[in-house]
Amino acid sequence: MIPISYYLLLSAFLFACGVTGFLIKRNIITLFMSIELMLNGVNLSFIAFATRLQTLDGHIFVFFVMVVAAAEAAVGLAIIISVYRTRETLNVDRVNLLKL
Amino acid sequence: MHLFLFLLFGGICAGGAVNLLIQRKTINSALSLIVVMGSLALIYLLLGAEFVAVVQVIIYAGAIMVLYIFVIMLLNAGEEEQAKGSNVAKIFGIPGLFAGGIIGIWVLLQHRPAEQGVKIGALYGPADQVGWMLFNKYLLAFEVTSILVLIAIMGAVVLARRGNN
Amino acid sequence: MPTATDYIRILPEIVLSVWGMIIMFIEPILPAGRSRKGLGIFAAVGAIAAIAATIYQARPEFAGSGFNGMLRVDHFSVFFHLVVLLVTLATILMSLDYLPFQKIDRGEYYALILLGAVGMCLMSSAVELVLIFIALEISSISSYILAGFRRHAAESAESSLKYFLLGSFATAFFLYGVALLYGATGSTNVFDIARTLGTSPHIEPLAYVAVALIFTGLGFKVACAPFHVWTPDVYEGAPSPVVAFMSTAPKAASFAVLIRLVIDTASPHWFWVIWTAAVLSMCVGNLGAILQSNVKRMLAYSSIAHAGYLMVAFASASNRELGISAAMFYSAAYAAMNVGAFAIITQMAGAGERYSQIDDYSGLGKRSPVLAAALTFFLLSLIGIPITGGFFAKFYVFSAALRTHLIWLTVIGVANSGMGSYYYLRLIVRMYMFEPRTEEPAPRVRLGMGLAISICLIATLWLGVLPNVVLHYTQGAPTIFFTR
Repeated sequence: MIPISYYLLLSAFLFACGVTGFLIKRNIITLFMSIELMLNGVNLSFIAFATRLQTLDGHIFVFFVMVVAAAEAAVGLAIIISVYRTRETLNVDRVNLLKL
Repeated sequence: MHLFLFLLFGGICAGGAVNLLIQRKTINSALSLIVVMGSLALIYLLLGAEFVAVVQVIIYAGAIMVLYIFVIMLLNAGEEEQAKGSNVAKIFGIPGLFAGGIIGIWVLLQHRPAEQGVKIGALYGPADQVGWMLFNKYLLAFEVTSILVLIAIMGAVVLARRGNN
Repeated sequence: MPTATDYIRILPEIVLSVWGMIIMFIEPILPAGRSRKGLGIFAAVGAIAAIAATIYQARPEFAGSGFNGMLRVDHFSVFFHLVVLLVTLATILMSLDYLPFQKIDRGEYYALILLGAVGMCLMSSAVELVLIFIALEISSISSYILAGFRRHAAESAESSLKYFLLGSFATAFFLYGVALLYGATGSTNVFDIARTLGTSPHIEPLAYVAVALIFTGLGFKVACAPFHVWTPDVYEGAPSPVVAFMSTAPKAASFAVLIRLVIDTASPHWFWVIWTAAVLSMCVGNLGAILQSNVKRMLAYSSIAHAGYLMVAFASASNRELGISAAMFYSAAYAAMNVGAFAIITQMAGAGERYSQIDDYSGLGKRSPVLAAALTFFLLSLIGIPITGGFFAKFYVFSAALRTHLIWLTVIGVANSGMGSYYYLRLIVRMYMFEPRTEEPAPRVRLGMGLAISICLIATLWLGVLPNVVLHYTQGAPTIFFTR
C-alpha cells in the first residue's frame, strides 16, 4: 500500500533528468535519448493517474505515445545520419552553419 | 511488499536516469536508458498495466533502443567532448529547472485527494480490455497513427538515402 | 461502429491520405531520371479534391461530433481546413518547378505535404487530446523531414536537425501537460475537461501547471516568444516553398488547437500568460527583423511578430465572439500574404538558394516589375495598409482588444506595427530605389508559380476588399462553439 504520489514523483524525476540531459549534453544522440527519457517519465504519469482515476484511458495514451516515439526515433536517427554525412560531427556546438 | 518493490525498481530506474547524465560515452548512456525502460516495465506491472508493460519491453526497450544502438555503432559515436560553458541554456535553464522541480514537487504533494494508497494492480489493464477500447472509442486515433508511420517510413527513406536520385 | 456520416466528417483527410498513398506507390515505379512534375500536378488535384470535400462537409447536416466524440465538424474546423488546404495547394504549385531546379525532384515531397496536411486538418477538428497529439505529431514530423529535403546542402540538414530536436523537446512538454491535465480532470476530452474545470469550485494547482506545460509545447509550434529561438535558423536553412508551408499551415492548425483549449478550458488564468507572450513576441519579432540582412530570416522574425498580434486576439477572447473571429480572420490573412511573399522568394532563390540576401533584391523593380509589384503588395499587406487583407486582420484584432478594454496591449501592438513597417518598407525601397546588382532579368515565372502567386494575391485582395464574407463566416463559429 503506497500512495500514487510516489509514482508521480518518480515520473517527475525522470522528466527532470531528461530536461537536464537535453540542456547539458552535447552529443546529438544523447540529446535525443534525453527526450526519450522525458517521454518515459510522462508515460509513468499516465499509468499512475490511470490507476488513481480507475480508467484505462491513460493506458491507451501510453500506447500512442510509444507509437509516436518509434516514429520520431526513425525520423530523428535518419536526420542525424544525414547531418553526420554533411558535417562529419555529432557535436551540437559544431553544427553551426546557421547562427542562432 | 509493495513499498519494497517500488523502492527497488524505482531506485534502479532513477539510478539509470542519473547514470545516463553522468556517462561520457554515448553507448553507456544508451545502455543505462535500457535499464530505465526495463525497470519502468516492472513498475507498470506493479500498477497493473499488464499490456503496457509488455509493449514497453518489446517496443521501447527492444525495437527503439536497438535502433539507437545500431546508429551509435554505425556512426562510431565515441566519447563526448567537454561541454563549453557559454550556453544561454545553462544560465537560464538549470536554475529554471530547479525552480520548476520545486514547484512540481509541491504541486504533486498538494494533489492527493484523500489518498489511501493503492494495492499492487489496483487497476487491472489486460490486453483484451485495452484492445477493446483501442478499436472502439479510440478507433480514429488508431487509424490515424498509420499515417504517422507512413510519414516516418518515407522520412527515413528520403533523409538517409545516399546520392542524388 | 462508425457511421457513414462519421466518415464524411473526415472526408477531406481521407482524400488527402489516398492521394498521398497513390503518390507513394507511383514514385518508385517511375524511372529514375524522369521528371516528377506529373506527380506534383496530381498532388495539386488532390488538394483541390480535398477542398471540394471540405465544402461538401460544410453542409449543416454533417456538423457535429463524430467517432465517439473524437472530432467535431463545425464552422471553426471547416474554416481552418480551408486555410490549410489552400496553403497546401499554393505550396504544391510553387514547388512544381522549384524541385527540378534545385535537383531534389522526388515524389515523396508531394506525398509528405499531403500527408502532413492530414495532420493539420485533423488538428483543427479534433476535440480529444489523444487525437490532437497524434495530429500534431503528424504535422510536426512531416515538417521536420521537409525542412531537410535539400539533403546535400549542409544548412538544410542542420535546419532539419534543430527543428527536430527542439520540436520533440517541446512535444514532451506538451505531453506532460496533457498527462497532468488528465490527472487533474480525469478526462482527455476537451469538452469534459472544460466542464470539470468550469464547474469545480476550486481548481487544483496541478491544472495550472498542466496548462502552463501545454502552452509551452504549443507556443513552440506557433513560434511565439519566448519559445521562438528556433524560427530564424530553421526558416533560413529549409527550402523556401517548405518555409511558405510550415510558417503558415501548421501554425494555423496549432492556433486552432490553442483556441479550442484556451477558450474551452475557459479561465481568466490564461490571460496574463497570453498577454505576456503577445507583448514579448511582438517586440522580439519586430526588433529582431530590423537587424537581419537575409530575407528569409527577416520574414522569420516577422512571423514571430505576427504570432504576437494573433495572441492579442487571444487575450481579448474573454469576449468570445470578437476574439475568436478576429483570431480566425488573422490566421487566414497571414497565411495568404506570407505564402505569397515566400512564393516570390522561392522564385528569386536561384540554384542552391543563393540569392536570399536583402541586397539581392536591389533593383528588382527594373529587373522584373511584375514580381516586384506582387512582393510589394504582400509586404504592404504584412504592414497592414488598407485594401489588403493585412489591414482588416490588424483592424479586427485591435478593435477586439479595445472593446475588451485592453488599452495597453492595443497601444503596444499599434506601436509595434509602426516599428514593423520599417523593415518591410526597407525591402520595398531596395527594390525600387536601388540599382540592380546584375543586369540579367529575373528568372521567368512558370505556370505553377504564376498560379500560386495569383491564388495568394486574390486571397489577400479579397480579404482586404470584401472582408465581410469571411468575417460573417468566422463570426458564426463562436456561437456554435460551446454547444455540444
